[in-house]
Amino acid sequence: MGHRWDFASVLDNHEALLAGAAGTLRLFAICLALGLALGLLVGLARSARSAWIRLPAGAFVEFFRNTPVLVQILWFYFALPILLPFEVGKLAAAALGISLNSAAFSGEIFRGGIQSIEPGQWEGARAIGMTPAQAMRRVILPQAVRRMLPALTNRAIEIFKMTTLASAIAYVELLQQGRLIASLNFNPIEAYTAIAILFFCCLWPLVRLTYFLERRLARSD
Amino acid sequence: MYRWDFAPVLAHADLLAAGLLNTLRVTGTALVVGVALGLALALLRLSRRRLASWPAGFVIEVFRTTPPLVQLFWFYFALPLVAGIEMTPFMAAATTFSIQSAAFFAEVFRAGIASVERGQWEAARAIGMTRPQALRRIVLPQAVKRMIPAFMERAIELMKTTTLVATISYADLLYAANEISQRSFRPLEAFTVAALAYFVVIFAASQAARRVERRLAASGDSTVR
Amino acid sequence: MEDPRPLLRVGALAKSFGANAVLRGIDLDVRRGERVAILGASGSGKSTLLRCLNFMEIPDSGTVELDGAVLGRPAAGGARAYREPELVPVRQRIGMVFQQFNLFPHMTALGNVMEGPRVVRRMPAAEARDRALAELARVGLAEKADAYPAHLSGGQKQRVAIARALAMDPEVLLFDEPTSSLDPELVGEVLGTIQSLAREGRTMLLVTHELGFAYHVATRVLFLADGRILEQGTPDEVLKAPRMERTRAFIARHQEFRL
Repeated sequence: MGHRWDFASVLDNHEALLAGAAGTLRLFAICLALGLALGLLVGLARSARSAWIRLPAGAFVEFFRNTPVLVQILWFYFALPILLPFEVGKLAAAALGISLNSAAFSGEIFRGGIQSIEPGQWEGARAIGMTPAQAMRRVILPQAVRRMLPALTNRAIEIFKMTTLASAIAYVELLQQGRLIASLNFNPIEAYTAIAILFFCCLWPLVRLTYFLERRLARSD
Repeated sequence: MYRWDFAPVLAHADLLAAGLLNTLRVTGTALVVGVALGLALALLRLSRRRLASWPAGFVIEVFRTTPPLVQLFWFYFALPLVAGIEMTPFMAAATTFSIQSAAFFAEVFRAGIASVERGQWEAARAIGMTRPQALRRIVLPQAVKRMIPAFMERAIELMKTTTLVATISYADLLYAANEISQRSFRPLEAFTVAALAYFVVIFAASQAARRVERRLAASGDSTVR
Repeated sequence: MEDPRPLLRVGALAKSFGANAVLRGIDLDVRRGERVAILGASGSGKSTLLRCLNFMEIPDSGTVELDGAVLGRPAAGGARAYREPELVPVRQRIGMVFQQFNLFPHMTALGNVMEGPRVVRRMPAAEARDRALAELARVGLAEKADAYPAHLSGGQKQRVAIARALAMDPEVLLFDEPTSSLDPELVGEVLGTIQSLAREGRTMLLVTHELGFAYHVATRVLFLADGRILEQGTPDEVLKAPRMERTRAFIARHQEFRL
């Protein structure tokens, strides 16, 4: 070995790193919110009685779960603009790709969570005169959410990791900034190690949270 | 109204086919090495000796808690400088995804082994087996059957993750699609074909996995995720 | 002629789980050929005592002596330290039958019984096979050799488990509530098997709730309460004329005891 590690060259570019972090967090927040919101809709749609709602939702889930996110991001960035009268920005393309993929996965989590609540709960709710919507909102979802928390936090972790894919279209996030620093300072070792450490520090608390939630769920079931 | 024209894309079908082959090559390599390495990591993690379990735990946590693309860049750009070796895109990809998938497989192994009830361990030890014997003869065979669905799920994830190799110019299916898009000036058709091709392959794999899962469930075996 | 020297000797055995002191000092001598029934309420420590004898649980203090040799190594504070490599050969000499059978579901009955001789005693496969078939025949299940545990009744499973323990040719057999998980009509076949083992003169310790069976099979009965031996003696002494009030109360509660 004999390489002399020099992190100063990375830390000197802290402004670039901060810009990258901001980009990462912005993308993460958008995709998390969109992914979960859309996922809830998809999950509900998948549990619907009407096949007109259930089957298209199913097709959505199958397609976006079985295609790689990077392909989707590139499609939204390079292919979609051809069909539209306007450009698709980098943030928009990355957000679309990641959010739709996350919606498909979290849709399955929501569906599983809702269906895991035993029918007795539905009957109890309706027996006191609740509409299905009220039953869902007041009785089913609160219980289901608790069970889904570990899987949902896992999804959040995956979304955070997927933000790096936006670097493929040069969106300004952490990894992209790492590449920039590496190519300008000729220090790929320190640059990429620093990026890896930064991601690890951001994600580690979330990972511990997931373990904690899983254990808590296992205990109470 | 845009006029779709797939002809220029399909004219390069050979590039796409070669790309698909390379995708499968990376996926296959990472899968085989990843499962073996994952088992090794899992066993080290379960070991009572800290010298074995801590490094294994470290590798597992680091490779599960950092984005795969960061790992890929590190192995492709940084490792050659640190270790003074040449890294082709394939080598970087194979190494990265082998270790990355191994970290996830290790968790599947661990969950599978933990799911075998204590009574099996006790019965094995009660007839005088050592722990390694009990693991090898009694616990692991029962664990593996339960882990098959989770393995298949992980394998399919791997198929999707390996598209990242396009970013380091490894000629996989996505890279081929990008090339074709630039040559034919038909990004819409090129990337649509790529997306559909990935979908068909991965969906087929998912369905096969689901069928295996149903057969296992029918035979009364419980499963872990 | 019975060897008067104890085969198994336990001195001041103690075991706690966290703050819960389950065994508070057990002294016990078991001679070759003796059949000791261990009775007691839940929580009295009877299963824990049994599990300490083949080191499924590690005692906190006290000694376990097998055939004159004290097991484990001396450690701080007068306790013993036990290392797994030393315990493995002990478990080859002391067999255990579990309440939940714990048969290996991925092997046939024959496979289960063969596993010990083949893998642990390193017998050649053919020899292990013959050994296993003989043991299965001894428990009356030779025709079920190729059946998987999932296709056996509870009573059959337990008998295979007994054959599995016997295949290791143990000097002592431990039975941890062998019939407690069985449907009532299947209990008899297992008790019958244990009785035939008794007739062969095997050294056994049985934790059981079947007082009538204990009366007929055991040469000695122990009654455990609060982690200590409250009373011990012959079956007649303990079961028909118990001296301690708690023993009396326990026997009265298990009214299926008929002489």
